[in-house]
Amino acid sequence: MPEPTYIVLIKQVPDMDEVEFDYEEGRVDRSSAPLEPNPFDLNALEEAVKYKEELGGEVLAISMGPKQAESTLKDAIARGADEGILLHGREFAGSDTWATSLALAHAIETAGSCDIIFAGEKTVDGDTGQVGPEVAEYLDIPHVAFVSDVTKRGEKEIQVESETWGATYLKSMNLPGLITVTKDVNEPRLPSFKDKQRARKAEITTWGIDDISIDPDNLGVTGSPTRVANMEVPPPEERESLILREDPGNSVNQLLEKLDLGREN
Amino acid sequence: MSDVMVFAENNGNKIHPVSYELLGKGKELADKLGGELTAALLSGTSLPAGELIERGADRVYRGTAERLAEPIESSYREVLVQVIEEANPEVILIGATNFGRSLAPRVAMALDTSLTADCTGLDIDEEKNFVQIRPAFSGNILAHIKSRTSPQLATVRYRVFPEAGIEEGKEGEVIDVELSLGGEDTKQVEVLEERRGKKVNLEDAEVVVAAGRGLKKEEDFELIEDLASFFDGKVGASRPLVDDGWIGRAHQVGYSGRRVKPRIYIACGISGQSQHLAGMKDSDMIIAINSDPSAPIFDYADYGLVGDLYEVVPELTRQLKGE
Repeated sequence: MPEPTYIVLIKQVPDMDEVEFDYEEGRVDRSSAPLEPNPFDLNALEEAVKYKEELGGEVLAISMGPKQAESTLKDAIARGADEGILLHGREFAGSDTWATSLALAHAIETAGSCDIIFAGEKTVDGDTGQVGPEVAEYLDIPHVAFVSDVTKRGEKEIQVESETWGATYLKSMNLPGLITVTKDVNEPRLPSFKDKQRARKAEITTWGIDDISIDPDNLGVTGSPTRVANMEVPPPEERESLILREDPGNSVNQLLEKLDLGREN
Repeated sequence: MSDVMVFAENNGNKIHPVSYELLGKGKELADKLGGELTAALLSGTSLPAGELIERGADRVYRGTAERLAEPIESSYREVLVQVIEEANPEVILIGATNFGRSLAPRVAMALDTSLTADCTGLDIDEEKNFVQIRPAFSGNILAHIKSRTSPQLATVRYRVFPEAGIEEGKEGEVIDVELSLGGEDTKQVEVLEERRGKKVNLEDAEVVVAAGRGLKKEEDFELIEDLASFFDGKVGASRPLVDDGWIGRAHQVGYSGRRVKPRIYIACGISGQSQHLAGMKDSDMIIAINSDPSAPIFDYADYGLVGDLYEVVPELTRQLKGE
Protein backbone atom coordinates (compact mmCIF):
# COMPACT_ATOMS: atom_id res chain seq x y z
CA MET A 1 0.00 0.00 0.00
CA PRO A 2 1.43 3.39 -0.91
CA GLU A 3 1.53 5.95 1.87
CA PRO A 4 -1.52 8.22 1.90
CA THR A 5 -1.12 11.73 0.49
CA TYR A 6 -2.82 14.74 2.01
CA ILE A 7 -2.99 17.96 0.03
CA VAL A 8 -3.56 21.33 1.66
CA LEU A 9 -4.68 24.31 -0.43
CA ILE A 10 -3.16 27.43 0.98
CA LYS A 11 -3.24 31.09 -0.01
CA GLN A 12 -1.03 33.97 0.97
CA VAL A 13 -3.10 36.96 2.06
CA PRO A 14 -2.39 40.37 3.55
CA ASP A 15 -2.69 40.70 7.31
CA MET A 16 -6.16 42.21 7.41
CA ASP A 17 -5.47 44.16 10.58
CA GLU A 18 -2.78 46.11 8.75
CA VAL A 19 -4.23 46.66 5.27
CA GLU A 20 -4.88 50.27 4.45
CA PHE A 21 -7.76 51.37 2.30
CA ASP A 22 -7.64 54.55 0.29
CA TYR A 23 -11.22 55.72 0.48
CA GLU A 24 -10.68 58.70 -1.79
CA GLU A 25 -8.88 56.83 -4.55
CA GLY A 26 -11.06 53.75 -4.04
CA ARG A 27 -8.27 51.24 -3.82
CA VAL A 28 -6.64 48.74 -1.53
CA ASP A 29 -3.02 49.32 -0.70
CA ARG A 30 -1.87 45.72 -0.66
CA SER A 31 1.71 46.74 -0.03
CA SER A 32 0.70 48.37 3.25
CA ALA A 33 0.35 45.07 5.06
CA PRO A 34 2.64 42.16 5.80
CA LEU A 35 1.68 38.89 4.11
CA GLU A 36 0.66 35.79 5.99
CA PRO A 37 -1.01 32.44 5.32
CA ASN A 38 -4.80 32.74 5.15
CA PRO A 39 -5.80 32.03 8.76
CA PHE A 40 -8.44 29.43 7.82
CA ASP A 41 -5.86 27.53 5.75
CA LEU A 42 -3.75 27.03 8.87
CA ASN A 43 -6.64 25.11 10.37
CA ALA A 44 -6.77 23.02 7.19
CA LEU A 45 -3.03 22.36 7.43
CA GLU A 46 -3.28 21.41 11.09
CA GLU A 47 -5.98 18.89 10.26
CA ALA A 48 -3.82 17.35 7.51
CA VAL A 49 -0.87 17.09 9.90
CA LYS A 50 -3.08 15.40 12.50
CA TYR A 51 -4.18 12.88 9.89
CA LYS A 52 -0.56 12.18 9.04
CA GLU A 53 0.34 11.76 12.70
CA GLU A 54 -2.42 9.20 13.11
CA LEU A 55 -2.14 7.24 9.86
CA GLY A 56 1.20 8.15 8.34
CA GLY A 57 1.69 9.61 4.90
CA GLU A 58 2.77 12.87 3.37
CA VAL A 59 1.38 16.38 3.56
CA LEU A 60 1.72 18.45 0.42
CA ALA A 61 0.90 22.17 0.52
CA ILE A 62 -0.08 23.79 -2.78
CA SER A 63 -0.45 27.49 -3.36
CA MET A 64 -1.00 29.67 -6.40
CA GLY A 65 0.36 33.18 -6.42
CA PRO A 66 3.33 35.45 -6.83
CA LYS A 67 6.89 34.40 -6.05
CA GLN A 68 6.69 35.75 -2.52
CA ALA A 69 4.02 33.14 -1.70
CA GLU A 70 6.97 30.79 -1.25
CA SER A 71 7.25 32.17 2.26
CA THR A 72 3.72 30.97 3.01
CA LEU A 73 4.67 27.49 1.79
CA LYS A 74 7.78 27.56 3.96
CA ASP A 75 5.59 28.54 6.85
CA ALA A 76 3.44 25.49 6.02
CA ILE A 77 6.53 23.29 6.09
CA ALA A 78 7.48 24.70 9.49
CA ARG A 79 4.01 23.74 10.68
CA GLY A 80 4.26 20.15 9.50
CA ALA A 81 3.90 19.97 5.72
CA ASP A 82 6.46 17.78 3.97
CA GLU A 83 6.55 19.63 0.70
CA GLY A 84 5.40 22.89 -0.87
CA ILE A 85 4.41 23.51 -4.47
CA LEU A 86 3.85 26.99 -5.87
CA LEU A 87 1.86 27.55 -9.06
CA HIS A 88 3.37 30.61 -10.48
CA GLY A 89 3.51 32.46 -13.78
CA ARG A 90 1.95 35.51 -15.39
CA GLU A 91 -0.72 33.31 -17.02
CA PHE A 92 -2.22 32.59 -13.60
CA ALA A 93 -2.55 36.23 -12.55
CA GLY A 94 -6.06 37.62 -12.40
CA SER A 95 -7.79 34.22 -12.28
CA ASP A 96 -11.22 34.13 -10.68
CA THR A 97 -12.36 31.24 -8.50
CA TRP A 98 -13.29 29.04 -11.49
CA ALA A 99 -9.90 29.47 -13.16
CA THR A 100 -8.06 29.15 -9.85
CA SER A 101 -9.90 25.92 -9.09
CA LEU A 102 -9.06 24.58 -12.52
CA ALA A 103 -5.37 25.34 -12.02
CA LEU A 104 -5.29 23.83 -8.53
CA ALA A 105 -7.14 20.73 -9.74
CA HIS A 106 -4.58 20.28 -12.54
CA ALA A 107 -1.78 20.63 -10.00
CA ILE A 108 -3.39 18.02 -7.75
CA GLU A 109 -3.66 15.64 -10.70
CA THR A 110 -0.03 16.32 -11.58
CA ALA A 111 1.07 15.59 -8.01
CA GLY A 112 -0.28 12.06 -8.37
CA SER A 113 -2.65 10.17 -6.15
CA CYS A 114 -4.24 12.01 -3.29
CA ASP A 115 -6.41 10.76 -0.44
CA ILE A 116 -7.75 13.91 1.18
CA ILE A 117 -7.68 17.55 0.18
CA PHE A 118 -7.96 20.08 3.00
CA ALA A 119 -8.98 23.71 2.46
CA GLY A 120 -10.06 26.61 4.65
CA GLU A 121 -13.75 27.59 4.57
CA LYS A 122 -12.77 30.87 2.82
CA THR A 123 -9.97 33.37 2.49
CA VAL A 124 -10.00 36.68 4.33
CA ASP A 125 -9.31 38.72 1.18
CA GLY A 126 -11.44 37.10 -1.53
CA ASP A 127 -13.94 35.77 1.01
CA THR A 128 -15.72 33.47 -1.48
CA GLY A 129 -15.21 29.97 -0.11
CA GLN A 130 -15.75 28.68 -3.63
CA VAL A 131 -12.40 27.21 -4.54
CA GLY A 132 -12.63 24.08 -2.34
CA PRO A 133 -15.97 22.79 -3.67
CA GLU A 134 -15.07 23.81 -7.24
CA VAL A 135 -11.87 21.77 -7.06
CA ALA A 136 -13.83 18.79 -5.73
CA GLU A 137 -16.36 19.05 -8.54
CA TYR A 138 -13.66 19.27 -11.19
CA LEU A 139 -11.85 16.24 -9.75
CA ASP A 140 -15.18 14.43 -9.45
CA ILE A 141 -14.69 13.65 -5.77
CA PRO A 142 -17.08 14.30 -2.87
CA HIS A 143 -16.64 17.16 -0.42
CA VAL A 144 -17.96 18.25 2.95
CA ALA A 145 -17.82 21.98 3.70
CA PHE A 146 -17.78 23.93 6.97
CA VAL A 147 -16.26 21.08 8.92
CA SER A 148 -16.06 22.00 12.61
CA ASP A 149 -14.72 18.69 13.89
CA VAL A 150 -13.04 15.59 12.50
CA THR A 151 -14.35 12.72 14.58
CA LYS A 152 -12.78 9.71 12.87
CA ARG A 153 -9.75 9.43 10.64
CA GLY A 154 -9.75 6.39 8.40
CA GLU A 155 -7.94 5.25 5.29
CA LYS A 156 -11.07 4.74 3.23
CA GLU A 157 -13.43 7.07 5.05
CA ILE A 158 -13.41 10.23 7.13
CA GLN A 159 -16.06 11.21 9.68
CA VAL A 160 -16.70 14.88 10.31
CA GLU A 161 -19.14 17.31 11.84
CA SER A 162 -20.37 19.84 9.33
CA GLU A 163 -22.26 23.07 9.98
CA THR A 164 -25.12 23.34 7.54
CA TRP A 165 -28.91 23.75 7.42
CA GLY A 166 -28.69 25.59 10.73
CA ALA A 167 -27.47 22.51 12.56
CA THR A 168 -24.51 20.23 12.99
CA TYR A 169 -24.47 17.06 10.92
CA LEU A 170 -22.23 14.09 11.54
CA LYS A 171 -21.22 12.87 8.10
CA SER A 172 -19.01 10.19 6.70
CA MET A 173 -17.28 10.64 3.38
CA ASN A 174 -15.57 8.07 1.20
CA LEU A 175 -12.03 8.92 0.20
CA PRO A 176 -10.60 10.44 -1.86
CA GLY A 177 -12.53 13.54 -0.87
CA LEU A 178 -12.17 17.18 0.10
CA ILE A 179 -13.11 19.03 3.27
CA THR A 180 -13.24 22.74 4.00
CA VAL A 181 -12.72 23.57 7.65
CA THR A 182 -13.92 26.32 9.98
CA LYS A 183 -11.95 27.91 12.79
CA ASP A 184 -13.66 25.57 15.27
CA VAL A 185 -11.98 22.47 13.91
CA ASN A 186 -8.70 22.83 15.82
CA GLU A 187 -6.08 25.19 17.21
CA PRO A 188 -3.20 25.34 14.74
CA ARG A 189 0.14 24.59 16.38
CA LEU A 190 2.88 27.17 16.48
CA PRO A 191 6.12 26.16 14.79
CA SER A 192 9.17 25.81 17.01
CA PHE A 193 12.37 27.71 16.35
CA LYS A 194 13.93 24.50 15.05
CA ASP A 195 11.02 23.89 12.69
CA LYS A 196 11.36 27.40 11.33
CA GLN A 197 15.08 26.93 10.77
CA ARG A 198 14.47 23.70 8.92
CA ALA A 199 11.71 25.24 6.81
CA ARG A 200 13.86 28.19 5.84
CA LYS A 201 16.20 25.80 4.03
CA ALA A 202 13.41 23.82 2.37
CA GLU A 203 13.16 23.87 -1.40
CA ILE A 204 9.82 24.98 -2.79
CA THR A 205 8.87 23.42 -6.11
CA THR A 206 7.55 25.90 -8.65
CA TRP A 207 5.22 24.78 -11.40
CA GLY A 208 4.15 26.78 -14.42
CA ILE A 209 1.40 26.09 -16.95
CA ASP A 210 3.46 23.50 -18.84
CA ASP A 211 4.16 21.51 -15.70
CA ILE A 212 0.46 21.02 -14.98
CA SER A 213 -0.68 20.70 -18.64
CA ILE A 214 -3.27 23.43 -18.53
CA ASP A 215 -4.51 25.51 -21.42
CA PRO A 216 -3.60 29.15 -20.65
CA ASP A 217 -6.82 30.22 -22.38
CA ASN A 218 -8.60 28.92 -19.28
CA LEU A 219 -6.53 31.03 -16.93
CA GLY A 220 -6.06 34.58 -15.84
CA VAL A 221 -8.27 37.49 -16.76
CA THR A 222 -9.04 36.07 -20.23
CA GLY A 223 -9.96 32.61 -19.00
CA SER A 224 -12.10 33.65 -16.05
CA PRO A 225 -15.87 33.59 -16.43
CA THR A 226 -16.21 36.59 -14.11
CA ARG A 227 -14.41 39.89 -14.16
CA VAL A 228 -14.30 42.80 -11.78
CA ALA A 229 -15.91 45.67 -13.68
CA ASN A 230 -15.07 48.20 -11.01
CA MET A 231 -14.38 48.50 -7.35
CA GLU A 232 -15.50 50.88 -4.66
CA VAL A 233 -13.95 51.43 -1.30
CA PRO A 234 -16.84 52.91 0.61
CA PRO A 235 -15.86 54.83 3.72
CA PRO A 236 -16.82 52.97 6.88
CA GLU A 237 -20.42 53.62 7.68
CA GLU A 238 -20.46 55.76 10.77
CA ARG A 239 -23.69 56.25 12.65
CA GLU A 240 -25.35 59.19 14.28
CA SER A 241 -24.61 58.27 17.85
CA LEU A 242 -26.36 59.34 20.97
CA ILE A 243 -23.66 59.29 23.62
CA LEU A 244 -24.75 59.04 27.24
CA ARG A 245 -22.16 60.02 29.80
CA GLU A 246 -24.08 60.18 33.05
CA ASP A 247 -23.85 57.73 35.91
CA PRO A 248 -24.86 54.20 34.96
CA GLY A 249 -28.32 54.40 36.48
CA ASN A 250 -29.28 57.53 34.56
CA SER A 251 -27.57 56.55 31.32
CA VAL A 252 -29.31 53.20 31.26
CA ASN A 253 -32.60 54.82 32.13
CA GLN A 254 -32.27 57.29 29.25
CA LEU A 255 -31.26 54.53 26.87
CA LEU A 256 -34.28 52.44 27.73
CA GLU A 257 -36.60 55.41 27.35
CA LYS A 258 -35.22 56.01 23.86
CA LEU A 259 -35.41 52.40 22.90
CA ASP A 260 -38.69 51.52 24.43
CA LEU A 261 -37.20 48.08 24.98
CA GLY A 262 -39.53 45.75 26.74
CA ARG A 263 -39.15 46.78 30.35
CA GLU A 264 -42.72 45.65 30.60
CA ASN A 265 -41.80 42.00 30.04
CA MET B 1 -33.32 32.86 -22.15
CA SER B 2 -33.74 35.83 -19.90
CA ASP B 3 -35.39 34.14 -16.95
CA VAL B 4 -34.21 34.37 -13.37
CA MET B 5 -34.29 31.22 -11.25
CA VAL B 6 -34.27 31.16 -7.47
CA PHE B 7 -33.06 28.07 -5.64
CA ALA B 8 -35.59 27.63 -2.84
CA GLU B 9 -33.35 26.21 -0.12
CA ASN B 10 -35.21 24.11 2.40
CA ASN B 11 -34.36 21.56 5.02
CA GLY B 12 -37.09 19.21 3.93
CA ASN B 13 -39.94 20.71 5.86
CA LYS B 14 -39.42 24.44 5.68
CA ILE B 15 -38.29 26.84 2.98
CA HIS B 16 -35.40 28.99 4.17
CA PRO B 17 -36.48 32.68 4.38
CA VAL B 18 -33.54 33.76 2.20
CA SER B 19 -35.49 32.19 -0.67
CA TYR B 20 -38.25 34.78 -0.21
CA GLU B 21 -35.67 37.55 -0.23
CA LEU B 22 -34.27 36.17 -3.48
CA LEU B 23 -37.75 36.11 -5.02
CA GLY B 24 -38.16 39.83 -4.29
CA LYS B 25 -34.86 40.76 -5.88
CA GLY B 26 -35.22 38.11 -8.59
CA LYS B 27 -38.54 39.58 -9.73
CA GLU B 28 -36.92 42.98 -10.20
CA LEU B 29 -34.05 41.46 -12.21
CA ALA B 30 -36.41 39.35 -14.35
CA ASP B 31 -38.50 42.42 -15.17
CA LYS B 32 -35.40 44.33 -16.26
CA LEU B 33 -34.25 41.38 -18.38
CA GLY B 34 -37.71 40.92 -19.86
CA GLY B 35 -37.93 37.36 -18.58
CA GLU B 36 -39.87 35.34 -16.06
CA LEU B 37 -39.12 34.49 -12.46
CA THR B 38 -38.85 30.80 -11.73
CA ALA B 39 -38.03 28.80 -8.63
CA ALA B 40 -36.42 25.40 -8.11
CA LEU B 41 -38.11 23.65 -5.20
CA LEU B 42 -36.15 20.47 -4.58
CA SER B 43 -36.71 18.50 -1.43
CA GLY B 44 -36.90 15.13 0.26
CA THR B 45 -40.66 15.24 0.65
CA SER B 46 -43.05 17.32 -1.38
CA LEU B 47 -43.39 20.92 -0.23
CA PRO B 48 -46.18 23.30 -1.22
CA ALA B 49 -45.18 25.55 -4.11
CA GLY B 50 -48.00 28.03 -3.50
CA GLU B 51 -46.10 30.46 -1.35
CA LEU B 52 -43.28 30.75 -3.89
CA ILE B 53 -45.88 31.68 -6.50
CA GLU B 54 -47.66 34.12 -4.21
CA ARG B 55 -44.32 35.75 -3.55
CA GLY B 56 -43.62 36.31 -7.23
CA ALA B 57 -42.57 33.11 -9.00
CA ASP B 58 -44.19 32.65 -12.42
CA ARG B 59 -43.16 29.01 -12.54
CA VAL B 60 -41.99 26.52 -9.93
CA TYR B 61 -39.96 23.48 -10.89
CA ARG B 62 -40.70 21.02 -8.14
CA GLY B 63 -38.99 17.72 -7.59
CA THR B 64 -38.56 15.30 -4.74
CA ALA B 65 -36.12 12.53 -4.05
CA GLU B 66 -35.56 10.74 -0.78
CA ARG B 67 -31.87 11.60 -0.70
CA LEU B 68 -32.66 15.32 -0.77
CA ALA B 69 -33.95 15.05 2.79
CA GLU B 70 -30.33 15.38 3.86
CA PRO B 71 -27.85 18.18 3.21
CA ILE B 72 -25.63 16.43 0.70
CA GLU B 73 -24.28 18.75 -1.95
CA SER B 74 -23.58 16.21 -4.66
CA SER B 75 -27.22 15.03 -4.62
CA TYR B 76 -28.48 18.59 -4.87
CA ARG B 77 -25.90 19.41 -7.51
CA GLU B 78 -27.18 16.61 -9.70
CA VAL B 79 -30.84 17.60 -9.56
CA LEU B 80 -30.27 21.36 -9.66
CA VAL B 81 -28.18 20.97 -12.81
CA GLN B 82 -31.01 18.88 -14.27
CA VAL B 83 -33.60 21.55 -13.49
CA ILE B 84 -31.36 24.36 -14.78
CA GLU B 85 -30.90 22.49 -18.05
CA GLU B 86 -34.65 22.04 -18.35
CA ALA B 87 -35.62 25.60 -17.42
CA ASN B 88 -32.69 27.32 -19.12
CA PRO B 89 -32.52 30.48 -16.97
CA GLU B 90 -30.00 33.26 -17.57
CA VAL B 91 -29.51 34.11 -13.90
CA ILE B 92 -29.57 31.70 -10.95
CA LEU B 93 -29.75 33.03 -7.39
CA ILE B 94 -28.80 30.87 -4.42
CA GLY B 95 -28.84 31.98 -0.79
CA ALA B 96 -25.35 32.44 0.64
CA THR B 97 -26.11 30.13 3.55
CA ASN B 98 -23.50 27.55 4.43
CA PHE B 99 -25.34 25.06 2.24
CA GLY B 100 -25.72 27.50 -0.65
CA ARG B 101 -22.10 28.51 -0.52
CA SER B 102 -21.09 24.86 -0.62
CA LEU B 103 -23.54 23.78 -3.33
CA ALA B 104 -23.24 26.69 -5.77
CA PRO B 105 -19.55 26.14 -6.63
CA ARG B 106 -20.24 22.53 -7.56
CA VAL B 107 -23.10 23.60 -9.82
CA ALA B 108 -21.02 26.37 -11.42
CA MET B 109 -18.10 24.05 -12.08
CA ALA B 110 -20.42 21.34 -13.42
CA LEU B 111 -21.90 23.87 -15.86
CA ASP B 112 -18.49 25.49 -16.51
CA THR B 113 -19.89 28.87 -15.77
CA SER B 114 -19.54 31.96 -13.61
CA LEU B 115 -20.33 32.25 -9.94
CA THR B 116 -20.09 35.28 -7.69
CA ALA B 117 -20.09 34.71 -3.95
CA ASP B 118 -22.05 36.38 -1.21
CA CYS B 119 -23.54 39.30 -3.14
CA THR B 120 -25.09 42.23 -1.30
CA GLY B 121 -26.22 44.11 -4.40
CA LEU B 122 -27.62 42.88 -7.74
CA ASP B 123 -28.70 44.86 -10.75
CA ILE B 124 -29.14 44.79 -14.52
CA ASP B 125 -27.28 47.58 -16.30
CA GLU B 126 -28.33 49.41 -19.48
CA GLU B 127 -26.68 46.82 -21.72
CA LYS B 128 -28.66 44.14 -19.85
CA ASN B 129 -25.57 42.87 -18.08
CA PHE B 130 -26.11 41.23 -14.74
CA VAL B 131 -24.08 43.26 -12.23
CA GLN B 132 -23.16 41.48 -9.03
CA ILE B 133 -21.91 43.59 -6.16
CA ARG B 134 -20.08 41.92 -3.35
CA PRO B 135 -17.92 42.89 -0.41
CA ALA B 136 -14.34 41.62 -0.32
CA PHE B 137 -11.34 42.31 1.86
CA SER B 138 -13.45 41.56 4.90
CA GLY B 139 -16.11 44.02 3.90
CA ASN B 140 -13.80 46.93 3.21
CA ILE B 141 -14.31 47.05 -0.53
CA LEU B 142 -17.25 46.47 -2.84
CA ALA B 143 -16.46 44.78 -6.14
CA HIS B 144 -18.82 45.09 -9.11
CA ILE B 145 -18.62 41.82 -11.02
CA LYS B 146 -19.87 40.92 -14.49
CA SER B 147 -19.86 37.53 -16.16
CA ARG B 148 -18.98 36.45 -19.66
CA THR B 149 -20.57 33.00 -19.52
CA SER B 150 -24.11 31.81 -19.25
CA PRO B 151 -25.99 30.97 -17.12
CA GLN B 152 -24.73 33.34 -14.44
CA LEU B 153 -24.80 32.16 -10.85
CA ALA B 154 -24.65 34.21 -7.69
CA THR B 155 -24.96 33.43 -4.04
CA VAL B 156 -26.68 36.21 -2.12
CA ARG B 157 -26.21 37.14 1.49
CA TYR B 158 -29.09 36.44 3.85
CA ARG B 159 -30.92 39.40 5.42
CA VAL B 160 -29.76 41.96 2.88
CA PHE B 161 -32.85 42.21 0.68
CA PRO B 162 -36.41 42.39 2.01
CA GLU B 163 -38.65 39.36 1.58
CA ALA B 164 -41.03 39.50 -1.36
CA GLY B 165 -44.55 40.29 -0.20
CA ILE B 166 -47.41 37.84 -0.56
CA GLU B 167 -49.98 38.45 -3.27
CA GLU B 168 -52.85 36.22 -2.29
CA GLY B 169 -54.46 34.28 -5.06
CA LYS B 170 -51.67 34.97 -7.55
CA GLU B 171 -51.47 32.24 -10.13
CA GLY B 172 -48.48 30.46 -11.50
CA GLU B 173 -47.42 27.19 -12.99
CA VAL B 174 -46.04 24.22 -11.07
CA ILE B 175 -43.97 21.82 -13.13
CA ASP B 176 -43.36 18.51 -11.40
CA VAL B 177 -39.96 17.29 -12.51
CA GLU B 178 -39.07 13.61 -12.50
CA LEU B 179 -35.66 13.78 -10.89
CA SER B 180 -32.97 11.40 -12.00
CA LEU B 181 -30.72 10.90 -9.06
CA GLY B 182 -28.86 7.74 -9.74
CA GLY B 183 -25.20 8.64 -9.88
CA GLU B 184 -22.83 6.63 -7.73
CA ASP B 185 -21.08 9.88 -6.83
CA THR B 186 -24.09 11.05 -4.86
CA LYS B 187 -23.56 8.18 -2.43
CA GLN B 188 -20.06 9.12 -1.39
CA VAL B 189 -21.23 11.22 1.54
CA GLU B 190 -23.65 9.92 4.13
CA VAL B 191 -25.34 11.68 7.02
CA LEU B 192 -24.92 9.60 10.16
CA GLU B 193 -26.63 11.86 12.62
CA GLU B 194 -28.13 15.30 12.98
CA ARG B 195 -26.84 17.05 16.07
CA ARG B 196 -29.08 20.02 16.36
CA GLY B 197 -28.30 22.88 18.63
CA LYS B 198 -24.98 21.55 19.82
CA LYS B 199 -23.08 24.46 18.35
CA VAL B 200 -23.64 28.13 18.95
CA ASN B 201 -25.33 29.74 16.00
CA LEU B 202 -24.56 33.44 16.32
CA GLU B 203 -25.61 34.28 12.77
CA ASP B 204 -29.27 33.62 13.46
CA ALA B 205 -29.44 35.42 16.81
CA GLU B 206 -31.82 38.36 17.08
CA VAL B 207 -29.73 39.86 19.87
CA VAL B 208 -26.00 39.48 20.42
CA VAL B 209 -24.28 40.74 23.57
CA ALA B 210 -20.51 40.70 23.06
CA ALA B 211 -17.53 41.34 25.29
CA GLY B 212 -14.05 42.59 24.50
CA ARG B 213 -10.88 43.44 26.33
CA GLY B 214 -12.81 45.49 28.87
CA LEU B 215 -13.71 42.18 30.47
CA LYS B 216 -11.12 41.45 33.13
CA LYS B 217 -11.68 37.78 33.93
CA GLU B 218 -13.15 34.78 32.20
CA GLU B 219 -15.69 34.31 34.99
CA ASP B 220 -17.08 37.77 34.32
CA PHE B 221 -18.74 36.48 31.16
CA GLU B 222 -21.55 35.81 33.59
CA LEU B 223 -22.48 39.52 33.38
CA ILE B 224 -22.65 39.28 29.60
CA GLU B 225 -24.64 36.05 29.75
CA ASP B 226 -27.15 37.57 32.16
CA LEU B 227 -27.83 40.44 29.80
CA ALA B 228 -27.98 38.16 26.76
CA SER B 229 -30.40 35.81 28.46
CA PHE B 230 -32.84 38.65 29.12
CA PHE B 231 -33.23 39.00 25.35
CA ASP B 232 -32.93 35.27 24.74
CA GLY B 233 -29.87 36.33 22.79
CA LYS B 234 -26.41 34.93 22.24
CA VAL B 235 -23.03 35.79 23.69
CA GLY B 236 -20.30 37.05 21.35
CA ALA B 237 -16.68 38.03 21.91
CA SER B 238 -13.87 39.90 20.21
CA ARG B 239 -10.82 38.02 19.04
CA PRO B 240 -8.47 38.58 22.01
CA LEU B 241 -10.85 36.84 24.42
CA VAL B 242 -11.18 33.90 22.07
CA ASP B 243 -7.42 33.74 21.54
CA ASP B 244 -6.98 33.64 25.31
CA GLY B 245 -9.31 30.67 25.44
CA TRP B 246 -11.94 32.37 27.60
CA ILE B 247 -14.70 31.39 25.19
CA GLY B 248 -15.01 29.13 22.13
CA ARG B 249 -14.27 30.15 18.56
CA ALA B 250 -17.93 29.83 17.68
CA HIS B 251 -18.55 33.00 19.71
CA GLN B 252 -16.00 35.12 17.90
CA VAL B 253 -17.43 38.09 16.01
CA GLY B 254 -15.24 39.56 13.29
CA TYR B 255 -13.87 38.72 9.90
CA SER B 256 -11.91 35.76 11.14
CA GLY B 257 -14.93 34.68 13.16
CA ARG B 258 -18.65 35.13 12.56
CA ARG B 259 -20.39 37.88 10.68
CA VAL B 260 -23.62 38.80 12.42
CA LYS B 261 -26.48 41.10 11.65
CA PRO B 262 -28.80 40.91 14.64
CA ARG B 263 -31.64 43.27 15.49
CA ILE B 264 -29.62 44.51 18.48
CA TYR B 265 -25.88 44.24 19.01
CA ILE B 266 -24.54 45.27 22.41
CA ALA B 267 -20.75 45.73 22.48
CA CYS B 268 -19.40 45.68 26.04
CA GLY B 269 -15.83 46.80 26.56
CA ILE B 270 -15.02 46.45 22.87
CA SER B 271 -12.85 49.22 21.43
CA GLY B 272 -13.93 48.65 17.82
CA GLN B 273 -10.97 47.45 15.77
CA SER B 274 -11.65 46.88 12.08
CA GLN B 275 -11.34 43.13 12.69
CA HIS B 276 -14.36 43.28 14.97
CA LEU B 277 -16.33 45.95 13.08
CA ALA B 278 -16.27 43.82 9.93
CA GLY B 279 -18.30 41.21 11.78
CA MET B 280 -21.04 43.40 13.26
CA LYS B 281 -21.26 46.83 11.66
CA ASP B 282 -24.36 45.91 9.66
CA SER B 283 -26.42 45.10 12.76
CA ASP B 284 -29.77 46.88 12.82
CA MET B 285 -29.01 48.65 16.08
CA ILE B 286 -25.69 48.91 17.85
CA ILE B 287 -25.32 49.83 21.52
CA ALA B 288 -21.76 50.34 22.76
CA ILE B 289 -20.63 50.36 26.37
CA ASN B 290 -17.06 51.48 26.94
CA SER B 291 -15.19 53.44 29.58
CA ASP B 292 -13.05 55.20 26.96
CA PRO B 293 -15.09 58.00 25.36
CA SER B 294 -12.71 58.06 22.37
CA ALA B 295 -13.13 54.35 21.56
CA PRO B 296 -13.83 53.96 17.81
CA ILE B 297 -16.80 51.70 18.53
CA PHE B 298 -18.83 54.82 19.45
CA ASP B 299 -18.58 56.05 15.84
CA TYR B 300 -20.42 52.94 14.68
CA ALA B 301 -22.96 52.77 17.46
CA ASP B 302 -26.47 54.18 17.52
CA TYR B 303 -26.24 54.53 21.29
CA GLY B 304 -23.10 54.83 23.32
CA LEU B 305 -22.85 54.55 27.08
CA VAL B 306 -19.61 55.89 28.45
CA GLY B 307 -18.87 53.97 31.59
CA ASP B 308 -17.38 50.91 33.18
CA LEU B 309 -19.01 47.78 31.81
CA TYR B 310 -18.90 46.32 35.32
CA GLU B 311 -21.35 49.02 36.39
CA VAL B 312 -23.31 49.64 33.21
CA VAL B 313 -24.02 46.05 32.14
CA PRO B 314 -25.51 44.88 35.47
CA GLU B 315 -27.48 48.13 35.67
CA LEU B 316 -28.88 47.57 32.20
CA THR B 317 -29.83 43.99 33.04
CA ARG B 318 -31.42 45.14 36.30
CA GLN B 319 -33.49 47.90 34.72
CA LEU B 320 -34.56 45.68 31.85
CA LYS B 321 -35.83 43.12 34.31
CA GLY B 322 -37.68 45.94 36.03
CA GLU B 323 -35.94 45.29 39.31
